[in-house]
Amino acid sequence: MAAQQPVPGTQTGLVIGEAEEFADASTRASVSIARDGRGGGAGRELPRKPFNFRRWFFATGWRHVVGVVMVVFSLFPIVFVISSSLNPHGTLTGSNALFSAIGLDSYVRILTDPQVPFLTWFGNTLMIAGITAVLTVFLGALAAYSFSRMRFTGRRFGLISIVVVQMFPQLLAVVAIFLLMSAIGDWFPAIGLNTHIGLIMVYLGGALGVNTYLMYGFFNTVPASIDEAAKIDGAGHARIFFTIILRLVAPILAVVALLSFIASVNEFVVASVLLIDTDKQTLAVGLTKLVSNPRYADWSAFSAGAVIAALPVVALFLFLQKYIVGGLTAGAVK
Amino acid sequence: MSTTIDDEVSAETPQQPTKKQRRAANIADAASGGLKMLLVKLLMLGLVDAIAIYGVIILASAEQWLVAAIVAVVAVIVNWIYFSRRKLPAKYLAPGVIFLVVFQVFVLVYTGYIAFTNYGTGHNGSKEQAVSSLMASSLQRVEDSPTYPVTVVDQGGTLGLLVTDPDGEALLGTNDAPLAPVDAEMDGDKAVAVDGWTTLQFGEVVTRTDEITALAVPFSDDPNDGALRTPDGSSAYLYLSNLEYDEAAGTMTNLDTGTVYSDIGTGAFTSDSGEELLPGWQIVVGFDNFVRAVTDERLAGPLVYVTLWTFAFALISVASTFFLGLFLAIVFNDMRMKGRKYYRVLMILPYAIPSFLSALIWAGMMNESFGFINQVLFGGASIPWLTDPVLAKFSVLLVNLWLGFPYMFLVCTGALQSIPEELQEAATVDGARPWAVFRLIKLPLLLVSVAPLLIASFAFNFNNFNVIYMLTDGGPRDSNAPIPVGFTDILISMVYKVAFTGQTRDYGLASAYSIIIFVIVAVISVIAFRRTKSLEELN
Repeated sequence: MAAQQPVPGTQTGLVIGEAEEFADASTRASVSIARDGRGGGAGRELPRKPFNFRRWFFATGWRHVVGVVMVVFSLFPIVFVISSSLNPHGTLTGSNALFSAIGLDSYVRILTDPQVPFLTWFGNTLMIAGITAVLTVFLGALAAYSFSRMRFTGRRFGLISIVVVQMFPQLLAVVAIFLLMSAIGDWFPAIGLNTHIGLIMVYLGGALGVNTYLMYGFFNTVPASIDEAAKIDGAGHARIFFTIILRLVAPILAVVALLSFIASVNEFVVASVLLIDTDKQTLAVGLTKLVSNPRYADWSAFSAGAVIAALPVVALFLFLQKYIVGGLTAGAVK
Repeated sequence: MSTTIDDEVSAETPQQPTKKQRRAANIADAASGGLKMLLVKLLMLGLVDAIAIYGVIILASAEQWLVAAIVAVVAVIVNWIYFSRRKLPAKYLAPGVIFLVVFQVFVLVYTGYIAFTNYGTGHNGSKEQAVSSLMASSLQRVEDSPTYPVTVVDQGGTLGLLVTDPDGEALLGTNDAPLAPVDAEMDGDKAVAVDGWTTLQFGEVVTRTDEITALAVPFSDDPNDGALRTPDGSSAYLYLSNLEYDEAAGTMTNLDTGTVYSDIGTGAFTSDSGEELLPGWQIVVGFDNFVRAVTDERLAGPLVYVTLWTFAFALISVASTFFLGLFLAIVFNDMRMKGRKYYRVLMILPYAIPSFLSALIWAGMMNESFGFINQVLFGGASIPWLTDPVLAKFSVLLVNLWLGFPYMFLVCTGALQSIPEELQEAATVDGARPWAVFRLIKLPLLLVSVAPLLIASFAFNFNNFNVIYMLTDGGPRDSNAPIPVGFTDILISMVYKVAFTGQTRDYGLASAYSIIIFVIVAVISVIAFRRTKSLEELN
């Protein structure tokens, strides 16, 4: 199937054919080629060599083969789940014939099934993950600002200990978290066990961590002369932070918010231990328990739930993709 | 990296700023937000203080003096930090640090403490609680005892019994509070209402029957005096325990059989024949949990293979995702290739979908008899993807590769693009073949920047609970082990199962496992970070 696929690639082959004098076809082309290609179209007419499939294949064609194989590998579970979510009345077996039947019945079922408070779970998840993301970014940015812009005793120690403490993930201490929250619940039922505020507070325990570190690196790239100029103009530290720095580092804030959001959506252990009532639970806890329940055989409805649950995260991800790649890369090449 | 400024108002710097500097700082501060900022600050601090005072009052009334003191001290420190002109870094660090200390550092220390106790099912309270719970669970109705007219009352969800004793006096008690005299409103000979409590109407009594019949109101502070219970919500009878507690000797005697159970320091009343009365209570057991984890044959076996598998899982996951990601990064880093953007978007989709969903979907697809993979890809075969010990490990690795390669692909693409083009050109001019350029120049440079992320990825996978739990639930189950552990369990999922699943929860053992994992992770991280020296940059 790979052979028919690279239709857009054929075009590439033709354009790139202009720059074929570069011998090392298998390595990445330098920027100059791309520039040549672009400039060539505008100004002078380059002599066109006849299209040579062999040459094209060894230069870029095989890359499309790899790409198609990987796209198939990446997408087939996604295609499967979309297909079974559209299956009006599907068990697991019934979902195997892809797109054999199309209908939105399973979406209706998962949204209205009285046994499954899907919308409540969905709302809980969005609320918990959203609030956690915003507060994580805020707390992390405050810390990153002080680490990046101020010099104080214990700064280096603080930075290192944040990294070290983060190496012990919260889920290892989940027993202690459970006992702590149930003790808090005895005195302050509003923020203890089985409350969303309690869960958010536990998540905020991890607000200073890798995230702060990412932000710290980014804060450092903002020239300090901006701060100084603002200071000379009479701005205090709070104004500099809130009105200048936070705007300049917006991309990393978006990345951290998204990473934190996804992490909270995914978080299962602490949420499953702290949230007891079915109505309080998050998607991760609710859907997992649902599928592991042997009496629940409505795979289509679960798939529909999965699609709905994944949509906001995927949409956010694709929307912020540019920033995420930049953020990860900044982390990579620091 | 070092484009930072020195702030003149730093927390612990001993040298005093000059008068001029102080004045400048004051002017700057005053200009900073002015009245509005000050108001916001006051409002926020007022809120914090109000919450703290409320907390201290509640805690003090619960006689939790130590916790109350800690809350008070923290509140004072917070006020001091934000009203001071000097503690600038602290102002920015305090909010995050408070959460960090409570929910990371404290729970870590607390985990350490629990690991040295027998906390768990049957051992989750104090000795007094165990005594009253034992007495309550062995209550038997006393024949020919007087009948007490009662009224069921409610206060904020807590049920109480308003009892009229044979002398006509009104008494009130709950499950936790023994009977005490109250001023009640009488209706004939029967007390029917009392201030502060709501009298349950007949309908409510019927709907809450289960709660009401479970009520056992202690007669007095001495558990040996028995308790009042009501089968119908209108009259109560005296119930006595067939256990007798002798506080001086610390023994429980079963009045029916005459067996004496004594406190022999194991956290439960134990008879001479070794029979334990449960619930017991929580005691510090020292290194027992650790010793048990590594010497008890039925526990040590699983611990060893789970540890080995955890390492194998983490290492293979990192290696497989990295190499696939790197390979793809190289393949798609060719400027001549059109449509790279589309491939990239499609390939990072697995990374964008929440991993718990992907793992559940894969679990469905890998189902032995009904799954897509067996039914469609393998034409109806029944390959036990998730139920065979070896295949299940393979499946877990495959799914984790699917989940993880996009991240590595993104990271490697970024790292590759940051390697200067000139290096490649120079090497090519010098006559290096593409492979040599890659192996000798690019890969080492790439590794320098990616190594910290590989370590982070290892640490992440070392505790990658979701994939294991959602995909195989650690299974197939190892039937020889006394704890619910399976062949694909990694350490963290084993901790979760020991602590929170099954009939008996063993918080002590689970915490001991956590500590063991802490130590392993710490040793690895120290070694790894020493090697990469990635912390060198901090100064």
